[in-house]
Amino acid sequence: MTAYTDSSAPLPSSGRRFSLVSRRGAGIVLLTLIAVFAIFGPWLIAIDPARQELSRFLESPSWAQPLGMDQLGRSMLARLAHATRLSLSMAVLGVLSAAIPGTLIGVAAAWRGGWIERVLTALADAVLALPGLLLVLLLAAFAPGQFWPLYVGISLALWVEYFRVVRAASHILLASPQVEASRLLGFNTIYLLRRHLLPVLLPRIFTLMRFGFAGAVLAMSALGFVGVGLQPPTPELGVMMIELLPYYSEAPWLIGAPVLVLFMTLLGLVLLAREEEAA
Amino acid sequence: MNIVHGDNRAIASLFSALGRRLLQAALVALLVGTLCFFMTRMLPGDMAYRIAAGRYGYDMVTSAAADAVRHELGLDRPLLSALADWWSKLWHLDLGLSQVTGQPVIHEIAEQLVPTLKLSVLALGLSFLIGPTIGLLAGLRPGGWLDRSTLTLSVLLRALPSFLLGLLLVLIFSVQMGALPAAGHDDHGSIMLPALTLALGLAAVSSRVARDAMVSVRSSAYFAFALTKGLTLQQALLHHGIRNVAVPVISYLGVQLVYLIEGVVLVETIFAWPGIGHALVHAIFGRDVPMIQGTALILGLMFVIFNSLIDVICSLIDPRRRS
Repeated sequence: MTAYTDSSAPLPSSGRRFSLVSRRGAGIVLLTLIAVFAIFGPWLIAIDPARQELSRFLESPSWAQPLGMDQLGRSMLARLAHATRLSLSMAVLGVLSAAIPGTLIGVAAAWRGGWIERVLTALADAVLALPGLLLVLLLAAFAPGQFWPLYVGISLALWVEYFRVVRAASHILLASPQVEASRLLGFNTIYLLRRHLLPVLLPRIFTLMRFGFAGAVLAMSALGFVGVGLQPPTPELGVMMIELLPYYSEAPWLIGAPVLVLFMTLLGLVLLAREEEAA
Repeated sequence: MNIVHGDNRAIASLFSALGRRLLQAALVALLVGTLCFFMTRMLPGDMAYRIAAGRYGYDMVTSAAADAVRHELGLDRPLLSALADWWSKLWHLDLGLSQVTGQPVIHEIAEQLVPTLKLSVLALGLSFLIGPTIGLLAGLRPGGWLDRSTLTLSVLLRALPSFLLGLLLVLIFSVQMGALPAAGHDDHGSIMLPALTLALGLAAVSSRVARDAMVSVRSSAYFAFALTKGLTLQQALLHHGIRNVAVPVISYLGVQLVYLIEGVVLVETIFAWPGIGHALVHAIFGRDVPMIQGTALILGLMFVIFNSLIDVICSLIDPRRRS
């Protein structure tokens, strides 16, 4: 009894804060590494990811080819760099084209109210009632192997979150005394948005973006892995994993590389979580 | 008198929640149906010829047969009236014929639903055995070795997508140890690996939710009082702990359902488990739109139904929600 009372004493807050800081720090380092690899990798390596040298298939890592050659004798490092760039740029594109319209529509709905708000809310409820990956899958079925259905699906699945969160928060903010005072003083819409809404909304939007980014990277690689996303020979993380799976005992580093990139990206995003969402 | 009044209100609020779920189900059907309608319109080639080929075989297709199909299905009609027709068929649960097997979609789905439900229920059950149990023990000693090690494990598991976790489990249990079958559904025990994959993913989050709930119960006045009045730790947990920890865990399950449904699609495909998710992916391979519509519809409805079940359970275990 006593022992367990002692151990349940709250941790010293400095220790907890330190571990949280180092945790977020580790996340930032991981994501920076991945981002640098994605941005500069394809340019520094400067090898065509599609160039085959069939005589060098499954070649072991060497100084010239640090990750060796894949099953068709293509440079694994070059393919990995292009795949990482593809995944990250798709995620950034998807998240931005969900966050910006989602936020604007959310504010507009809260501002205008009326039937516009009701229609938009009904639309959001419909999208929300379907798990995101299903929506992406359905759109992927429109044109298998192409980039645009994945992009449209991811943005369509993600915008709802921004709309809901922003609309709910804006309702409260727009009715607050400080906004009313600003309005009475004659400040314009832009000023109200910048001074009163954005500072409150931005942290929540960033949290959603973190989740959305992880979801987008995950959806793309998952669809590639089960074969309904992008198709070979596109260097894409999920496609590469399923292509290299048959060679995992001869050349474990080959399948290990895209798995590690995906894992590190997602781990970095999980570690980035703030204290209140760290559950 | 008061109690009766409160109960009525409780039932009313539960019914309004279920009414919202019903509306959600209708919206899912509308969304999936509309997407699939446009999918058929956008498929390459003349649709009437393709459907005729699917019905009568490629050798029997004549332009007369194609015209008959075109007329029968209203393919020559304007877009909006065809869409209204599509919706009304959906409303009457007419899901059409699979273009690959020629069987009614509803029969195919009925066969696939049982394995999917089996897998989901087993995964949920396993995740309840693993997650909250670990969370409860970790929450009793926040900062202890169990708390820290399960936190690390939970972070690592959350960064591992379900399809990679499944692959890892196959490598460990099937390839290295030879203990469990890797795929299929004939062998006894082949459900274990897919279910464990989903359960571990769910438990990674639910264990932390339970842990945080336990920490707050542990530091609450009522728990301290229960211990002070002489209850043993087990008794206090049983009477004052479990129920309070269960509420956030079950509520959070609503959020996790997205993971479950998405996971079912991926995990069934990887383990060749003959369920709805597996069928959906294969329908996309075959561009079999009626099957895509049927399977996506059932998965969406499963999501809504599971969510309503959680609403009901939450209002049963948490009396505060009823007032």
